[in-house]
Amino acid sequence: MLRWLALLILVALPAWAEEVVLGLSQNEVAITTSFNGSEILIFGAVKREAPMPEGELGVIVTIAGPPEPVTVRRKERRFGIWVNTEAVEIDGAPSYYAVASSAPLDEVLGIRENLEHRVSVTSKLNAVGAPDTVLDASAYVAALIRINTAAETFQLLEDQVVVDEDTLFRTRIRLPAALTEGAYGTRIFLTRDGEVVANYETTIDVRKVGLERWLFTLSRENPFWYGLMSLAIAIAAGWTASAAFSVLRN
Amino acid sequence: MQIYLPIAEVSVNAFLLLGLGGMVGVLSGMFGVGGGFLMTPLLFFIGIPPAVAVATEANQIVASSFSGVLAHLRRKTVDLKMGTVLLVGGLIGAALGVLLFNYLKSLGQVDLLVRLCYVVFLGVIGALMFVESLNAIRKTAKGTAIPTRKKHGLIHKLPFKMRFRVSGLYISVIPPLLVGLSVGILAAIMGVGGGFIMVPAMIYLLGMPTKVVVGTSLFQIIFVTAFTTMLHATTNYTVDIVLAVLLLVGGVIGAQIGTRIGVRMKAEQLRILLALMVLVVCGKLAFDLLVMPSELFSVGATEGH
Repeated sequence: MLRWLALLILVALPAWAEEVVLGLSQNEVAITTSFNGSEILIFGAVKREAPMPEGELGVIVTIAGPPEPVTVRRKERRFGIWVNTEAVEIDGAPSYYAVASSAPLDEVLGIRENLEHRVSVTSKLNAVGAPDTVLDASAYVAALIRINTAAETFQLLEDQVVVDEDTLFRTRIRLPAALTEGAYGTRIFLTRDGEVVANYETTIDVRKVGLERWLFTLSRENPFWYGLMSLAIAIAAGWTASAAFSVLRN
Repeated sequence: MQIYLPIAEVSVNAFLLLGLGGMVGVLSGMFGVGGGFLMTPLLFFIGIPPAVAVATEANQIVASSFSGVLAHLRRKTVDLKMGTVLLVGGLIGAALGVLLFNYLKSLGQVDLLVRLCYVVFLGVIGALMFVESLNAIRKTAKGTAIPTRKKHGLIHKLPFKMRFRVSGLYISVIPPLLVGLSVGILAAIMGVGGGFIMVPAMIYLLGMPTKVVVGTSLFQIIFVTAFTTMLHATTNYTVDIVLAVLLLVGGVIGAQIGTRIGVRMKAEQLRILLALMVLVVCGKLAFDLLVMPSELFSVGATEGH
């Protein structure tokens, strides 16, 4: 069930021969009690006012969740048991990150361009950076990527952007069920022979609504009453079960 | 049926949670343990953030213990007087435990300490109970009457004697206060209600009859976990009420069933089962510490943000 809200905002960059015209199936994701992930359809067109330039066209779409500080710990064997030893705090790692491209990423995007625009998850996290106090910080960043990729909170979707007639493009990106609230930055890059020729940015708002919103707000703003409410529910449930069972027995 | 949890910020299967709650509830009603030492690792396993799991489960234990206590009250197997004395010691102990916990946290490695605490206490208590109840079962099988243990040691020479009619004891209030105090300290450090330490302590140290022990233990667990819930809700905002409701619906029903199973069983059988369960959890934790993990790194939310 996709809502087709077309956002037709143009980037005013007359120097470039090509521009991105973008549409999103939805620019807002509402987290309800039954929320089980969401699929976003991102589609658009390449607008040209001059004849088509030379070079292979590539399209890259990225979605990044709100950044959150995480601690990556390493286990080592000490006195025969495995314990957490060193830890590295990584500030500003995105809680979710997806990269979709029209061909393998290293074909549509040059190395220098990748670093400059921080497109791939590695360059995104290296830019965030770990403190210099740890010698092999890159091992911790690699571990963060490995664990998040396994959990599908980091996704690399190569060949998943469909390009028609060198003009129309579309892709579907699945947002997982375990989603954090916030603004999800969405970027679209057009490349010619690995060079970025145009880009476009927008945000998708992910928000809790209804009961989810109400409970979350209450727990933060009136924690004492929230705690008492939790206890009251617990006591009431305990009493109800006990009463129901004694009725059943008689 | 998937449900999104507002505080934990993950989506989980509602029936899975109902089942888990029910299973732990049965154990709670049978043995008088809160079940925290089982539920915490299970919740970690299905992807609930650890801080939310520990806090929410305290709230769920309030429900299943309350349900269990009502069933025991009807059977008059709760020693309210003894429970109150243990509780007084327990709350003082819990406060001391929180102070100790924060001190250890400032030194780092509190996580390891908690795990080692679990392995050592579960291992020692489980092994002792197992051997003791096995001997008791052998003796009953041979037909020899179990000698009623009447210890006339130091414990009976202490002042401030009090009569605990339901338990059939006339002892000083000092031992129960000390038991409550030390269990309170351990419970606060290990983040559980402390039932699995309290139950053996009541049986072996205070000499209370097994039937009374279960109800009395549940009685004091209600207050300790209610206190913990409020503490977590107001300081860490980690109590997830939706998760708690799902767990406690299963939990309260399970506790009622567990109480009925427990009453039908012999005391030695009950003790040997609890001992086995404690040993299994201990074995799993020890295994995790000793065997090389497949992923040497772990990612967690940075604390204090």
